Amino acid sequence: MLTPLEWEALALSLRVSGVAVAAILLPGLGMAYVLARFDFPGKALVDGIVHLPLVLPPVVVGYLLLVSLGRQGSLGQWLHETLGVSLPFTWQGAALAGAVMAFPLLVRAVRLSLESVDRKLEEAARTLGASRWKTFLTVTLPLMLPGILTGSVLAFARSLSEFGATITFAANIPGETRTLPLALYSLVQTPGKEAAAARLCVISVVVALIALVASEWLARRARRRLEGRHA
Amino acid sequence: MLEAQVFQRLGDFTLDTFLTVPAQGVTALFGRSGSGKSSLIRLIAGLGAPEAGTIRLGDTWLVDTQRRRWVPPHRRQLGVVFQEARLFPHYSVRGNLRYGMPRAARADFDGLVELLGIGHLLSRTPGRLSGGEARRVAIGRALLSRPRMLLMDEPLTGLDGARKQELLRYIRRLARDTGVPILFVSHDTREIGALADRVALIEEGRVLASGPVDEMFSRLDLGPRTGRFEASSLLEARIVAHDEALCLTRLALPGMAEAETLSVARLDGAVGDAVRLRLRARDVGVASTQTPPLPDVACLPATLREIGDEAHGPFVEVMLDVGGQALRARLTREAVGQMGLYAGQALQARLRSVTISRHDVIVT
Repeated sequence: MLTPLEWEALALSLRVSGVAVAAILLPGLGMAYVLARFDFPGKALVDGIVHLPLVLPPVVVGYLLLVSLGRQGSLGQWLHETLGVSLPFTWQGAALAGAVMAFPLLVRAVRLSLESVDRKLEEAARTLGASRWKTFLTVTLPLMLPGILTGSVLAFARSLSEFGATITFAANIPGETRTLPLALYSLVQTPGKEAAAARLCVISVVVALIALVASEWLARRARRRLEGRHA
Repeated sequence: MLEAQVFQRLGDFTLDTFLTVPAQGVTALFGRSGSGKSSLIRLIAGLGAPEAGTIRLGDTWLVDTQRRRWVPPHRRQLGVVFQEARLFPHYSVRGNLRYGMPRAARADFDGLVELLGIGHLLSRTPGRLSGGEARRVAIGRALLSRPRMLLMDEPLTGLDGARKQELLRYIRRLARDTGVPILFVSHDTREIGALADRVALIEEGRVLASGPVDEMFSRLDLGPRTGRFEASSLLEARIVAHDEALCLTRLALPGMAEAETLSVARLDGAVGDAVRLRLRARDVGVASTQTPPLPDVACLPATLREIGDEAHGPFVEVMLDVGGQALRARLTREAVGQMGLYAGQALQARLRSVTISRHDVIVT
């Protein structure tokens, strides 16, 4: 059904996005928790920086990544010399670009779900002998689950569709960083490949739809469980 | 025993008080809304920290601001039942009950579930419980965490009359059977009359008075604070007979002769059961000992103990002694003058049976 090239792009896209979401899940939870529950000087600035990728042109994000994590960048140099890791022009780099772009979406969704958790329930847990940590794991986290699911799927979809930051930071290398949008872009640039481009376009739409429907289904299931109707 | 000496400012409201709760029985913290009851409970539970003060539970210091001591809520071993049941929606009733349950309390599970009548609800989710059921589960959950004291913050709010009566009976039974001391917050004199052994009266962030419930209810000087309209007395009595045909139950007060009974609407208890009776001062009248009996009116021999010293207004409250128990009566100033009442006088306390509703009697 799919050509080897299409398979390659699709599999790469899924891997890159999966790794991106896995990498930002915990930091995203932590950031959402800090933003929702604490007040500290400079909070507005932190909030702004987290949301920056939403409003910046993706190319700018890619450029900033390249400047800081490229061989010439101080952070990139350090990574290369101490850990032997080089991110630009690798699929891990593509995942990083996707992760940075998806981070604000995840944080937003998780923060909203955290703010909707009734703090009175947490108080009740504390009076029943649960430490802060146990309260978080047994009360707060389960009640946030629908939001975390939705946020993850949203982040996954955003990462899947990432183009500007990826092409700037990780380039367009077949089999390494050529994800679905980049492959589509390459085909559009090549005369006579209109049909192949159309096929990739359909694949992208289907993958995105599956992700959205799955997230809606999971969230509804989780919500139903909370409300006590059996899913 | 719990002792709290706390100071805390909350906006333009200041909580600055001393409270003692004995290690046994039910202590009611009574005050109007906004008097600081809930704030005080939160400080005791550790859901807030006082600016200054100490809180001691037995020989454990929970709070001592001078020595910078503050035990977090999960180590205080205090069970809290909140106004709303606050059940965890993602756990079943069973899961909720077991949430704070230590291994050592497992043996108590079945007994307590039965005592609270929630056995048939165990596999339900909290979303499918009625208000009264949810409160009972919340009480069970708090008790299964093996608390050294149970704090209840107006747990009956929002329940209708019948549910309230039912829950009151469960709480009374708990206090008797489990031996866990209870601090019960309420602004309802009826609830307090039914439940409490002791009352602490709180007003504007300060506990003004505390003492045994009958004493507190009958103290004339607290009248204006407990609310004129609800001024009443609490009496202990016993069921001596049921009259099935007339749907009546006859109650006798200690020290009264067989004939001197009170008739009330048929109660659930058995003959011999003790009951607690709440009598409103405005329903009690007095008559001279020679006055002939009237149908439907209970005539109890009484001694006039004290005449209230209000200087103005049409009404005066007097305190009667009925077989050793205090009974408060509300009379017009005119009647007091016409009858020439004086302290120590022998009288009849008169009470129309229909003024005692089912809600005023608790079988204990």
